[in-house]
Amino acid sequence: MPNVMLRRSDDGQLLFYVAKKDLEETVVSVETDTDDAWGGTIELSDGSRYFIEPISPRPDFPTTLRFNRA
Amino acid sequence: MSTMTKQETEDLIQEVLEVYPEKAAKDRAKHLTANDQAVDKSSKCITSNRKSLPGVMTIRGCAYAGSRGVVWGPVKDMIHISHGPVGCGQYSRAGRRNYYVGTTGVNTFTTMNFTSDFQEKDIVFGGDKKLAKIIDEIEMLFPLNKGITVQSECPIGLIGDDIEAVSKTKAEEHGKTMVPVRCEGFRGVSQSLGHHIANDSIRDWVFPKSEGKAFEATPYDVTIIGDYNIGGDAWSSRILLEEMGLRVIAQWSGDGTLAEMENTPKAKLNLLHCYRSMNYISRYMEEKHGIPWMEYNFFGPTKIEEALRKIAERFDDKIKEGAERVIEKYRPEWQAIVDKYRPRLEGKRVMLYVGGLRPRHIIGAYEDLGMEVVGTGYEFAHNDDYDRTIKEMGNATLIYDDVTGYEFEEFVKRVKPDLIGSGIKEKYIFQKMGIPFRQMHSWDYSGPYHGYDGFAIFARDMDMTLNNPCWDAITPPWKRGSADVAEAAE
Ligand code: SF4
Repeated sequence: MPNVMLRRSDDGQLLFYVAKKDLEETVVSVETDTDDAWGGTIELSDGSRYFIEPISPRPDFPTTLRFNRA
Repeated sequence: MSTMTKQETEDLIQEVLEVYPEKAAKDRAKHLTANDQAVDKSSKCITSNRKSLPGVMTIRGCAYAGSRGVVWGPVKDMIHISHGPVGCGQYSRAGRRNYYVGTTGVNTFTTMNFTSDFQEKDIVFGGDKKLAKIIDEIEMLFPLNKGITVQSECPIGLIGDDIEAVSKTKAEEHGKTMVPVRCEGFRGVSQSLGHHIANDSIRDWVFPKSEGKAFEATPYDVTIIGDYNIGGDAWSSRILLEEMGLRVIAQWSGDGTLAEMENTPKAKLNLLHCYRSMNYISRYMEEKHGIPWMEYNFFGPTKIEEALRKIAERFDDKIKEGAERVIEKYRPEWQAIVDKYRPRLEGKRVMLYVGGLRPRHIIGAYEDLGMEVVGTGYEFAHNDDYDRTIKEMGNATLIYDDVTGYEFEEFVKRVKPDLIGSGIKEKYIFQKMGIPFRQMHSWDYSGPYHGYDGFAIFARDMDMTLNNPCWDAITPPWKRGSADVAEAAE
């Protein structure tokens, strides 16, 4: 259950950053991404997947959230 | 030897690894690679931020060095107690050459060494009382200090002292900021964790106190983060930002003060030079205070121009014009430097092995002088640093993480660079091998190297080192074939 910091990169993409693992990857897909809910299974550019119960409304980035491995 | 192919570089790595026992060779192999720009994630080709192998000569430092020496040390109006035995602080005292303005011992304290000088009895009975006494003594002798940090050395964590409690009581008693830092040397694998711990202590002990303090903001407030003012680096960066119309409200932490740190959450943009040592606090401020941060590079005119434009992008037209004006103004200046030194340095090959940002940031400055970096590596980088390095380095060049003394020497013998840039521990070995060397941690008692002013000094220093006539004297006359002798620049 890593603590993940999500932030927007300069070109507007969502970055997934885990300090303890030096993992900094772009988010390629989010299962649920509407104005009133955000979450589900999330896929990163290196192919790994993480899960978070959908949060509503969509959180403001940057923010820190807890993810599970999917 | 001219440029090596990828195969040759890989063979070289294999050859160097041969002397190790099998297990050690397997482990070290993961830290060495031939660069391939096609790789987009460094984790595929290099492992970093791992414990050094027992028995090898590593060049790393400890967490205490990362906190006391790097992050906290340069904060000039605070007193940093090296809490524990006397040696850790004394042998590293003033070694980093963080310049500052002020009267040392009156209102600034950077080059002084404060220590609790642990003795046997402090280990046996605990050192909290002594710490309290020292803080009182400091308050009496140096009343103009703005705050105190307690930098733990190894024994503090081992004997279980409660430096947090002491700091809290004393902070109330004296009405000042007191920061306990749990940066015992045994934590983590290198100084890198010390940076992180120090960043966290700023977050926990400095920022909460500054909330609500009055501050007059302008739309052009920026900060310089991760510039330690080595030989005046932050100053030669700062003037460029100011000339383009920005207001620099804080320097972290070279020539920095506690008040500047407290003001930082009010900035419009945090400019991050050394990503490794201060990305943590920048990320925190982005999340908590909504302050964006960006990395920039002020080494060498090409990168400076790029950085100035990138920074200006974040602001209005006034700043964008300012950036162009600055670029125009300095162009003739650096062009003259390049014209003078490039012919003397063209084609020379450099190997680097340094710390936080220099193994990648400085490449541009060498290229501006027509030189080529053929090998680079970090003492304590993480994967994200190597991600940022791969693109800067040429294909098939050597990349080494936490290189051991032996590997570095062997690489140098084979690659035969014209110049090496690394630390004081490596300096005399390579000089005795007859290879020009620059100490790239503290700029070899020179500097600044940042900014346009710094580039002029950088170019001069490289020329001075490389074309120094003394290198001809390494080979005695009777062994010398031809007689081409170097000449110093006018
Ligand atoms: S490892 Fe421990 S004893 Fe050695 S310098 Fe660092 S803090 Fe001091």
